[in-house]
Amino acid sequence: MDALLLQFLNGLDKGGAYALIALGLTLVFGTLGVVNFAHGALFMLGAFCAVTFNKLLTLEQVVLDPEQKTAWGTPLEIRTPYVEAWLGDFGVFLVNYSVPVSIIIAIPVMLLIGVVMERGLIKYFYKRPHADQILVTFGLAIVIQEIIKHYFGANPIPQSAPEIVAGSANIGAWLGLEGNIVYPWWRLVYFGFSVVVIGAVFAFLQFTTYGMVVRAGMRDSETVGLLGINIQKRFTVVFGIAAVVAGLAGVMYTPILPPDYHMGMDFLVLSFVVVVVGGMGSLPGAVLAGFLLGILQSFASMNEVKNIFPGIDQIIIYLVAVIILLTMPRGLMGREGVMEE
Amino acid sequence: MSKIALTRRNLLKAGAASGVALAAPMSFVRGAYAEEFCNMPTGSTVTLGFNVPQSGPYADEGADELRAYQLAVKHLNGEGDGGMLNTFSSKALKGNGILGKKVEYVTGDTQTKSDAARASAKRMIEKDGAIMITGGSSSGVAVAVQGLCQENGIIFMAGLTHSNDTTGKDKKRFGFRHFFNAYMSGQALGPILAEELGKDRTAYHLTADYNWGWTQEESIKNATENLGWKTASAVRTPLGAGDFSQYLTPVLNSGADVLILNHYGKDMVNSLTQAVQFGMRDKQVNGKNFEIVVPLFSRLMAQGAGDNIKGILGTTNWNWSLQDDASQAFVKSFGQEYGFPPSQAAQTCYVQALLYADACERAGAFTPPQVIEALEGFEFDGMGNGPTLYRAADHQCFKEVLVVRGNQNPTSQFDLLDVVKIVPRDQVTYDPSIFGGELGPSDVKKC
Repeated sequence: MDALLLQFLNGLDKGGAYALIALGLTLVFGTLGVVNFAHGALFMLGAFCAVTFNKLLTLEQVVLDPEQKTAWGTPLEIRTPYVEAWLGDFGVFLVNYSVPVSIIIAIPVMLLIGVVMERGLIKYFYKRPHADQILVTFGLAIVIQEIIKHYFGANPIPQSAPEIVAGSANIGAWLGLEGNIVYPWWRLVYFGFSVVVIGAVFAFLQFTTYGMVVRAGMRDSETVGLLGINIQKRFTVVFGIAAVVAGLAGVMYTPILPPDYHMGMDFLVLSFVVVVVGGMGSLPGAVLAGFLLGILQSFASMNEVKNIFPGIDQIIIYLVAVIILLTMPRGLMGREGVMEE
Repeated sequence: MSKIALTRRNLLKAGAASGVALAAPMSFVRGAYAEEFCNMPTGSTVTLGFNVPQSGPYADEGADELRAYQLAVKHLNGEGDGGMLNTFSSKALKGNGILGKKVEYVTGDTQTKSDAARASAKRMIEKDGAIMITGGSSSGVAVAVQGLCQENGIIFMAGLTHSNDTTGKDKKRFGFRHFFNAYMSGQALGPILAEELGKDRTAYHLTADYNWGWTQEESIKNATENLGWKTASAVRTPLGAGDFSQYLTPVLNSGADVLILNHYGKDMVNSLTQAVQFGMRDKQVNGKNFEIVVPLFSRLMAQGAGDNIKGILGTTNWNWSLQDDASQAFVKSFGQEYGFPPSQAAQTCYVQALLYADACERAGAFTPPQVIEALEGFEFDGMGNGPTLYRAADHQCFKEVLVVRGNQNPTSQFDLLDVVKIVPRDQVTYDPSIFGGELGPSDVKKC
């Protein structure tokens, strides 16, 4: 029972990341009809917004002390972080909360990156075949990866969660269960955060006039254009929003997985499977499939399951995708006519 | 009838003529022999091939390896302060290149992929004329490149490779490893684990699902079980899993009180970070503190794990904080050149380059069978690992192994590992037959 509960929680936070990335992918595909293989790179860029912010906060004043020497005979460097020196306790607080605070930086940065990416490159591929779109966005993803590797190196860069949520929550005590069932606080925070972001995106699309026009455009952009609305401009903003969603998913994931230049690619393939299982172009489908596959992947990793089906943990997502597509060719919530012509 | 007078002049003439007669065939034979082997240096230079990961997940380690090789080339050519040339017990190297030929180098990118590593090694052998290939940061790559070098009759001086297989079942006559292996980690770490954690422990292994992970799991499991530990479970995890949470949660209820992470690189950083997040370092099981062990440490990887590495036990081939003259000489050279201390990958690569050059000098030739002979059974010191033997039976170096602990109070960003114990060579030496394999022939080959 304890093991099942813990694997279910694992599935929720993993599913949260899948759902956030798949949501952005589906938004871009549903509005612009573009299969964006650079979306994983946006997730990674979000994570590196948090890394950059933390690096800026921990910039140090370096003073050489000629009295002390390093092992190789040069004067020892005495390092003092500027922020802590200038801002005292507030500086310490900022460094401690650098991951959540970097959300404030990541939103405009990712929006800008998304808009520049769409206007500068993606828009030239709207009318090209999907294969061309995949090639150019995949190439773009590799370019972004290599740029990040050049500046930040290939090794993962650890980011700490704020001290207040750095430990584990006693889930067992909350639920009145016996035994010491603990789960990392930050993973619970991540799940809550993903639910809030997903809710915000749905609320934006459902309850605002802007969102209504976007939804109408997703259904029939030509008719919306005939009504005198510049739907392309709105779709550009939607691309920016998708970039922000992926970026925020990346920012908040940094304490769970120390970011490196390749982290986006690791998530991208699985997120595409999530989109296909959920149904191409279906936002609720992407979210549902994200959580479903995350949870199934966690259960498949249990020793009891692996003893019966060795290696099942590595193929479960693809196996479920095959079964769902055989029985429901449009995915869980796919719309008729999307990618069927 | 003429009579040849035995005068001093005639004796000198006869002696000179005999000398020429005796020497001429030898030089012809030697020349003919030399033309037979691949990439025999004919000009005033000799080319070495540095095959390191310049892209991919181990690019940072590859960059450090390359720095070390460049420093070694400088020292071999008589530039800089000489580094470990000054402390090396063999005095064959004079700082005038190798056998009087200036050392040059070409580089290749292994990408930490066996096929890419073989392709770049092949290119360096066939197009660039490399007489020796060295480097790498993965056992899969080392085994693949070693096989290629055996086929081509080119000597391979392995870089960072820790699998037992490299000098075990996959050993080759042309391949040599200075780095320690998983078996040695187990032998060195086991007694310290028993000393620090007790003999009544239950371990849970998470193991990277490839060649190196399997041999490390086997070695550590054998070493700990011989001390009386039990093994609750040994679970294989996919290489590059990223999120290990689904593999970590079963540990919590397994009854194990020690988690052994047979992971390296990014996997080690991620699994350790996540294990700490799951409260495993604050946990009590069976009335004991739950402990985490990382059998193979790397300072570059420890940087990635941040504070999570503090207090964790493991082993390493070498650490820059060692105080012996050789280590200090190398740290000084490397630090002055690059502004930071070398990693264990850098040390092993630097030493391998020097050992190859020294073997050529002692053999008096670049001919691979003679160089192999010079390396086999070679005893040396003054390279930072204490007295060392390049064992002839499997081409594995036997030397001291460091048991280290993540530094609780680092004084700098590089001061990440505390040396707990320097385990003597005898304690990690084993019978070469336990891992099987055949070295194969040492025949010279044409390119």
